[in-house]
Amino acid sequence: MIEFDVTTTADGIGVVVPRGRLNMVAARQLRETLTGLVEGGSTRIVVDLAETTFLDSSALGALVAGLKTARQSGGDLRIARPTESVMTVFRLTNLDTVLRPRDDVESAFDA
Amino acid sequence: MSPARRLVVRVVALVTAILGVNYVAWRWFFSVNWDAWWIAVPLVLAETYSLVDSLLFGMTVWRLKGRGEPPEPEPGLSVDVFIATYNEPIGLVLETARAAERITYPHRTWILDDGNRAELRARAEAEGIGWITRSADWAGMPRHAKAGNLNNALLATEGEFLLILDADMVPDPDILDRTLGYFRDEQMALVQTPQWFVNVPEDDPLGSQAPLFYGPIQEGKDGWNAAFFCGSNAVIRREALMQLGISRYAGEVQVAVRRALRAARSVIAKARKDVPADQVEVLAALDDIAHDIERARRDLKRGEPLFDVTYRFQQRVARTRRELVGADLRALNADLAVIAGLDQLAGDPGQSLATIDETALDQLADREWSPLGAVETVEALVRSIDVDRGGEAQPIMPMATISVTEDMATCMRLHALGWRTAYHDEILTGGLAPEDLQTMLTQRLRWAQGTVQVFFRENPLVQKGLSLAQRLMYFATMWSYLSGFAAVVYIAAPIAYLTLGVLPVQALSTDFFVRLVPFLVVNQLLFFVVADGRPTWRGQQYSLALFPVWIRSFTSAFGNVFLGRSLDFAVTPKEKREHTGPRWDLVRPQLVAMGLLVLALVIGGVRLALGHASGLGTVLNMVWVLFDLLVFSVIIKAVRYRGFEPEPTPEPAAEPQHRQSVHQEGAA
Repeated sequence: MIEFDVTTTADGIGVVVPRGRLNMVAARQLRETLTGLVEGGSTRIVVDLAETTFLDSSALGALVAGLKTARQSGGDLRIARPTESVMTVFRLTNLDTVLRPRDDVESAFDA
Repeated sequence: MSPARRLVVRVVALVTAILGVNYVAWRWFFSVNWDAWWIAVPLVLAETYSLVDSLLFGMTVWRLKGRGEPPEPEPGLSVDVFIATYNEPIGLVLETARAAERITYPHRTWILDDGNRAELRARAEAEGIGWITRSADWAGMPRHAKAGNLNNALLATEGEFLLILDADMVPDPDILDRTLGYFRDEQMALVQTPQWFVNVPEDDPLGSQAPLFYGPIQEGKDGWNAAFFCGSNAVIRREALMQLGISRYAGEVQVAVRRALRAARSVIAKARKDVPADQVEVLAALDDIAHDIERARRDLKRGEPLFDVTYRFQQRVARTRRELVGADLRALNADLAVIAGLDQLAGDPGQSLATIDETALDQLADREWSPLGAVETVEALVRSIDVDRGGEAQPIMPMATISVTEDMATCMRLHALGWRTAYHDEILTGGLAPEDLQTMLTQRLRWAQGTVQVFFRENPLVQKGLSLAQRLMYFATMWSYLSGFAAVVYIAAPIAYLTLGVLPVQALSTDFFVRLVPFLVVNQLLFFVVADGRPTWRGQQYSLALFPVWIRSFTSAFGNVFLGRSLDFAVTPKEKREHTGPRWDLVRPQLVAMGLLVLALVIGGVRLALGHASGLGTVLNMVWVLFDLLVFSVIIKAVRYRGFEPEPTPEPAAEPQHRQSVHQEGAA
């Protein structure tokens, strides 16, 4: 099962921490969580994957959909702290060639 | 597949290849009548075309794969059954949906209603059947027909596997039990089953069934791990599709941004010319954007990730927009102050614009409102230097949208990613074929156009990730649609001889017959042993008789892909049309061809009687003409066909082990 911790930092950055398996069943929930953040005004979002044990292509789809929503509101979505097994999925789909995961949540939006 | 049958097929295929190459090589090097090059060269080209077609067919059946009994499915898989509909009658859609509900393996049934019909929704939901239509994201975006419909539904559901059905394809209850087992192989992306039609008489006048394609051809492709997805009656692994969607996204945003950056300089230079010289701020903003574009280009070259580069770029442009609006507002404020000074007696000075809040400024700086919005080309350029795919409803489009037949392109991309597919040769659905000539022609044209679009846009011969055999298997199907051009030559050549006495071959020598006849015989023998009792004649007829359709598919797809023209694409109607009498007008080119062939027979006979022509040549070409006429006779049958009337016999509809009749064989 999966749980999403959702918080907002003092700078107004939305932080989503999925805990557990992020698969096709969870993908819609993730997408709705991300859309909800943007609609609530947090257009800058960090998805902290440190506690995500598994991630499939549907979950990547939800992340890309979230990125689109955030960008269209003038913000952005960033990935932080993926585990090695999660990074493998990024590599398999070539997503690693277009995005750089951040080392921690705090500095995810630093230049 | 018994080893003996496979051996027979291989031997015949090999002999066909040897005799074919022997004949066509001899034709090129020793027997072209160059004096009559205008017919001799087209003929030898058409013969070469047919040889390549035969070689590709031989290669296809070389690895005939009979999968036999399917593996048992794992229990507990989650499955969504998709019934794609656009405008089919509601009763027909519901009948399919009810049958889908009766599928025994646990699943959820969804009607994907691209027509967004309230009545269908109400009736589906009353029966507990899921109903999905396009989400709000699709408003004002390219719809991409059936591919778009499926892509929309993919994001609204979550099953591990998807069974895709056209609205008229009524499934058997055991369809999932018979197909899901193949997914025990974790690299298996897709299992296709045959498309078979219940409303087709024994003699199949419109060539609706495709017993050779949904049989040996697919089984042969399967042997090379190239079994095709045919749009309906297939089970797909969601993970494979989504992975395809993501990797396409990653690739396509890179291509799109790089393309935009390349075009940027000339777009900005042109925009600068169009802006009046007194708009100093706008010109300065264009300079800023040009500078930002250069930075983005440099950053990408340094290897910075595309997401970060585009984000920074968008942020900088947003700042530029804000500054522009700010300057405008300051000017406006100054003007208002002057007006206020002139109008000191006004009781209510109103809210000063100087106090306008940040939110309002942001809103004014929004793309459409900013003064930069007037420079549309630059705005479009800026928008395209992003990774949000703003011009599409969804950034992720797993089903390919490059062709009106999304199935083949999607399947080829799956193969290129290393996924496997399977063809399971068992009829598990009953569908409805077109019952009138016009609908049938529209449908065949659509299939052909879709295939040719893929050929032009993503030529399989140069796709990375595909094996050589897979490339050739895709190419073979595309090649088969070129038969329209060959057909014209096969009609013209005997006419030229009988009417003008022009022989495209140097001499009708023993050499000629010794090479040609054995090739023709073994080629037919190959069909015969491969078909293994399935009828093939109807398919052979239509591959020549629909030559205007095949030719038009090439010309229209060429116009579409390279010249940006419309395909005149139409959805194939499933309901019966009002009978309006035979439509001879739809087959005018074929009727003209038949008229010319008959005329050639008469003239040839007269020339022979007058001693102007040789007996052997005349007889040979007359036989050829009669063969052509026999092929084209199917057109007469098709025009006169008045729709399906079920046999009055009380016997239950005999569902054959293998389909009853044929359609254009490469064509599916």
